[in-house]
Amino acid sequence: MATQDHKSTAARTEDQDDAQPEPLPAPTGAQESAKTEGVDDLLDEIDGVLESNAEEFVRGFVQKGGQ
Amino acid sequence: MSAGAPGSSPQLASGVTVHRVMGTETEYGIIAPGLPSANPTLLSSQVVNAYAATLREGLGNLAGTRWDYTDEAPLADARGWRLDRAAAHPSQLTDEAPVLSAQEIARERGEPADAAVLMNLVLNNGARLYVDHAHPEYSSPEVTNPHDAVLWDRAGDHVALTAMQRIASTPGFSPVHLYKNNTDNKSVSYGSHENYLVPRRVPFGQLAASLIPFFVSRQVLCGSGRVGIGAANQAPGFQISQRADFFENEIGLETTVRRPIINTRDEPHAVAEKYRRLHVIIGDANLSEVSNYLKLGTTSLVLSLIEHGLAPLPELADPVRALQSISHDPSLRTTVELADGRRVTGLDLQTIYFSAAARACTADADPQTADVLRRWEGLIGILENDPMAAAGQIDWVAKLKVLQAYRDRDSLEWNDARLGLIDLQYADLRPDRGIYHRLARRGEVELLVAQADVERAAVEPPRDTRAFFRGKCISTFPAQVVGASWDSIIFELPSQERLQRIQTREPLRGTAALTEQLFEQAADAEDFLARLMSGPEPPMAP
Repeated sequence: MATQDHKSTAARTEDQDDAQPEPLPAPTGAQESAKTEGVDDLLDEIDGVLESNAEEFVRGFVQKGGQ
Repeated sequence: MSAGAPGSSPQLASGVTVHRVMGTETEYGIIAPGLPSANPTLLSSQVVNAYAATLREGLGNLAGTRWDYTDEAPLADARGWRLDRAAAHPSQLTDEAPVLSAQEIARERGEPADAAVLMNLVLNNGARLYVDHAHPEYSSPEVTNPHDAVLWDRAGDHVALTAMQRIASTPGFSPVHLYKNNTDNKSVSYGSHENYLVPRRVPFGQLAASLIPFFVSRQVLCGSGRVGIGAANQAPGFQISQRADFFENEIGLETTVRRPIINTRDEPHAVAEKYRRLHVIIGDANLSEVSNYLKLGTTSLVLSLIEHGLAPLPELADPVRALQSISHDPSLRTTVELADGRRVTGLDLQTIYFSAAARACTADADPQTADVLRRWEGLIGILENDPMAAAGQIDWVAKLKVLQAYRDRDSLEWNDARLGLIDLQYADLRPDRGIYHRLARRGEVELLVAQADVERAAVEPPRDTRAFFRGKCISTFPAQVVGASWDSIIFELPSQERLQRIQTREPLRGTAALTEQLFEQAADAEDFLARLMSGPEPPMAP
């Protein structure tokens, strides 16, 4: 996954080099530096917020039809 | 008040451009984990009423507005006919009050039948928040460009989150969760629609022919990703689109059954002789702002190409099958057959449309059109090279990257419930629980709008469409506005026996430029209407 992280950073830089005068804000420095953090840290964070009983929670998510 | 010559059509831009009148609709997935058997219509009404309570508290006023159904025509078909009412699926009758009435809901809550239960709100920002079927729906105000469409779409998420937090903090109420997704992964799908204003002179058949291959392939940029294959989740796996497996037809009027790639509902909510509202039902609900921006921006550009007679026409042999084949292959290498026998990938199809747009746009294209083109080309290149490198921009890639990391760490099969939960929780609107929102906070996804702007857009209308007139009428005269719709505002004045219905059938009138002064000058609602009626076209908004 580390490889993918590097590629992701490279792609973003390329994008920015190409930047034209444009009203949309570019990614901030904080966003860039955060990208170098490991995937492990991200998974630890997500582990901490996932609903406790995955099986039961997913089964309980039943919707009525919509458009 | 100088609205120009009667009958004139305001224009946004000439040439091929992303600018046009557009808007989004989001049906949120809804559950109350503490009340597994709760009626979803009841829960959805709680969302509407919770938001109403927040408005009352914060602003001291509220137009608990009735929806004006007068101009709704859900059975009118753009191909030139009208579906017989008796032949329609009950869910197609969207011009009637919802299945479970406010009175029935009051009874379910153990309240008197005349308790004030709201099923519909027209918001100060010009949007509509209401109970649609069994989901709360936010329909954004009309805007004029994809960037603003992203902003007011995000404002809807903010409105939904505000309602959710209100319910969670109300004693006696079980917390309600809202999800910006499109399926429960059992068998059911619900929509996130886009609307684009198109001149009626463009033949519908021409629109459909050029749009079908575009809609089949645009998911590579704006799919939201889904764990599970098949409408009923029959096979394990990951696919690009939330919606693809729920589509069965190429063209049709339905939105809830036998869903078509091109929806023919002809309900312009505007001067019908001049405009169509293209009602697009095939999109995924996007959390990613870049995916959403490109979904709206590239679609508007392709419509502009069609209007100028410059759109490509790559005819697919089997569009519905192609839609699903492309969705089922996150490597993006799958080819689909054209009518002439050639085989192309989804990215090839997108390149065909991008190239036509790039050729049609001159060097002095407006900044947002240039930005959409630049991002469109850049992301096609990245996806050709290494799809996973687009995780910072594209919803399905961002989701897949998290799922793949879990699979690698914990050796999970695609049918593992934890992956299903990550799929679901990616779309959880709560900032602490929603995985997309966690990624955003970590700086892993690119953002296009600032949180402060989103919060302002939740209470302020766009200034450059009739949504300004609608939103300002509701915030300025909450006691006198008793009903509203996309193309009307209804006033009830003490001095008048009859209700005063103001039509707003030109989406580019009723702007701040035309009406802000009127709102500032009017002493009260009576004075406001008197000034309005003495304008150049009394029955129309200025």
